[in-house]
Amino acid sequence: MTELKNNAQSNAAPPAETEKPAKVWLREVVEKVYQDAWDAKERGEPVGWSASKFPAEIAETLGLRVCYPENQAAAIAAKHGGQRMCEYAEALGYDNDICGYARISLAYAAGAGGDERPMPQPDFVLCCNNICNCMTKWYENLARMHDIPLIMIDIPYNNTDEVNEENITYIKAQFDDAIKQLEEISGRKFDEDKFAEVCANANRTAQAWLKACSYCQYKPSPLSGFDLFNHMADVVTARCRKESAEAFEALAEEYERNVAEGKSTWRYDENHRIMFEGIPCWPELQKLFKPLKEKGINTTAVVYAPAFGFVYNNMEEMIRAYCKAPNSVCLETGVEWREGICRENKVDGVLVHYNRSCKPWSGYMPEMERRFRKNLGVGVVGFDGDQADPRNFSEAQYNTRVQGLFEIMEAQKKGE
Amino acid sequence: MSEIAGTAVSRKYSMGVDIGSTASKCIIMAEGKEIVAKSLIDVGAGTSGPDRVIAAVLKDSGLKLEDMTHIMSTGYGRHSLEIAHSEMSELSCHARGAYFQHPAVRTIIDIGGQDAKVMRIDENGILENFVMNDKCAAGTGRFLDVMARVLEVKLDDLEKLSAESQNEVRISSTCTVFAESEVISQLARNTHKRDIIKGIHRAVASRVGALARRIGLVDDVMMTGGVALNDGVRLALEEELEHDIFTTELAQYNGALGAALFAWQRSKKKEI
Repeated sequence: MTELKNNAQSNAAPPAETEKPAKVWLREVVEKVYQDAWDAKERGEPVGWSASKFPAEIAETLGLRVCYPENQAAAIAAKHGGQRMCEYAEALGYDNDICGYARISLAYAAGAGGDERPMPQPDFVLCCNNICNCMTKWYENLARMHDIPLIMIDIPYNNTDEVNEENITYIKAQFDDAIKQLEEISGRKFDEDKFAEVCANANRTAQAWLKACSYCQYKPSPLSGFDLFNHMADVVTARCRKESAEAFEALAEEYERNVAEGKSTWRYDENHRIMFEGIPCWPELQKLFKPLKEKGINTTAVVYAPAFGFVYNNMEEMIRAYCKAPNSVCLETGVEWREGICRENKVDGVLVHYNRSCKPWSGYMPEMERRFRKNLGVGVVGFDGDQADPRNFSEAQYNTRVQGLFEIMEAQKKGE
Repeated sequence: MSEIAGTAVSRKYSMGVDIGSTASKCIIMAEGKEIVAKSLIDVGAGTSGPDRVIAAVLKDSGLKLEDMTHIMSTGYGRHSLEIAHSEMSELSCHARGAYFQHPAVRTIIDIGGQDAKVMRIDENGILENFVMNDKCAAGTGRFLDVMARVLEVKLDDLEKLSAESQNEVRISSTCTVFAESEVISQLARNTHKRDIIKGIHRAVASRVGALARRIGLVDDVMMTGGVALNDGVRLALEEELEHDIFTTELAQYNGALGAALFAWQRSKKKEI
C-alpha cells in the first residue's frame, strides 16, 4: 500500500501573507475554490458537485474542479435565501421533511437561482453517504435531473468502534472504481505521486485545523467557538489545497498570539463555556449568538473538530478515516468524541441543536444527552431548529432554553 | 408605606409576575415566607393581562408597587414587564416554587399554555437539568384548548367528563391539527365525548411522559401549571409513568411563586 508523505511534519516555511488576517485568507481560499470551478467550466472542463466527506483526494489528484452543495446551501441559508429555495424545492414535490441542504441544492440544480452563493451546474456528482444517508437519494436526483454520472461510495454504518476488514475491502474496491470513472471523466491518468502530494496537503490542513481548534482548551479561550463554524467551509471545500493548510496554520498562529497577549475573538465575558452540539441554524446565526454573548457563554467545543480533523499515513488509514463521519459512527464513538472535547475544552454545559434537517444526527441525541448528564455532570439543554430552513426555529423558545442552561450553570458554579 | 387594615406595614414584600402565553399570574409575598395576595388573569404575554394581574394583587393586599423590595418577572413575556427589577426563566422559578411548597420534590412536570417541561432539582431546590417540548404544541395546554373547542365542552369540564369514561378511545396523532381531525372523526361516529376526552388526556400523558423518561424520574414528582388542575391528565400521567404524581392548589401560580421567592432573595442580597 502506498505510503503517503506528511507535509505537516516538514515544518513548512511561514506563509508569505502572514499580515493578512487568517479569517480573510480562509475566506479567499473558499472563494478560489468556486472561482476555479467557474474557470474550469469556462474552459469546457467537466465540473463536479461533491458530498462534504467524499474522498476529495481523488478528484484533486485528477485535476478535476468540484463544488460542495452542502457548503453552498449553508452559505445561501446564512444569507437568508434558505426559505425561498426550500419552498422552490417543495413546489417541485420534495417534502419539507427532507434535509434543508438537499432542498436548497435540488432547487439550485433545477434552476431556482441562488445569487447568495452561485456555482456552476454539475457535469458529474460525487456522493459518499458517510456524512448522511440522505445524500444517496439527493445525489441520485441531481444525477437524474442533469442526466450526468453519479460516482457513489457507500460507507457502511459502523456498529462498533473499529472498522472491520470486510468494509475496508469493500470501500477500497469502490475507491478504485471511483478513480477509474473519474479518469474517464477527466481524460487523465491517476498519478500516484500527485496523489501522495494531495494527501499530504489534506493531512497538513487537517492537522492545522485540529491545532486551531485546540486553542479552545485555554481558559479564557482565545477564540469564539462560533468562528469555527465559519472556518469549517475551508475544511469542507479545500482540504487538499496547500493554501488551505497555510491559512489554518496562520489562524493557529493568531490564536497563539492571542493567548500570549491575553486577547480573544470572543469579545465578551467568559462566564461559562459550552459545547454547541450539531450544525448551527445558519439563517439565524445572530439570534443563536445573541443570548450567548449577553450571558457570557462562549462555545469552546464543536464536534466538527474531530469529525473533520482526520490524518492518515496510507490508503488503508485513509479509508478508515472516511468511515468516521458524524453520521456513520456508532453511538459509543460519537459519545467518546464529544465527551473528549467537552473535557479537553472544559465546558460546563451542553447546548444541543435538534436539527429538523438532520434526522440521523438528531435521532441519537436524546441518548447522548442522557450520557452527557451522567458522565459529565453538566447541564444539557436541547432546542429545536434547522440548519437551513428558518421556519423550524423559534427565537423565544431558544432564548428560554439558553437562559435555563445559564441558570443551571450559574447555580452549579456557586455550588462549587 | 401603605397600610393594611389600618395597620402600618412593617414587613417587607416581594412580587413575582409570571407572564405566560395564555395567562398572567402574580403573587406578593411577605418576607419570602407568606403569600399575601395572588391573582390570575386568563390572558398572557402581549395583552392587558400583566397590568391587570398586578393591579389586582395590589388592590387585594392594599399595597403599592413602591412597597415591593424587588419585582421579578418570569414566563414567556418576562422581558416585556417594564416595572420588573430582574427576570428569570420559568424553569428556575418553577423549581424554586415547587421546592418551597414541598421540599421533598425532585421532579417537576409543568404543562403550560404552549410548552411542557420536566425539571430535575437537587436537595436544595436548585435546578439541575430540564427537558422541554419541541416546537410542536402537542401535549400542552393549547392542545387541550383546541380539543375542548372541537368537543364544545368547557375546559373546566374535561376532568369531570373524562372520569365518567367507560370505553377510552385512542387518539394516536401527536400533531394538534391531526388529533383534531381524529376527534372530529370520532364525533362523526357518535363516540361518547367522555371517551374521546379520556383518549385526549392519554395522548397528553403519553407525550409528556416521554419527556419525563428522557430526564429520568426521581420521587417526589410534582405537577405544576394550569393543566395540573385537570386531574384527568394527572391520573393519566401517573398511569403512564407508574409514579405517584401530586399537585397543589397553587399549581398554576407556581412560576409566580418562584419568582416572588427569588425576588425576595435578591432584595436580601442587596441589603447585605
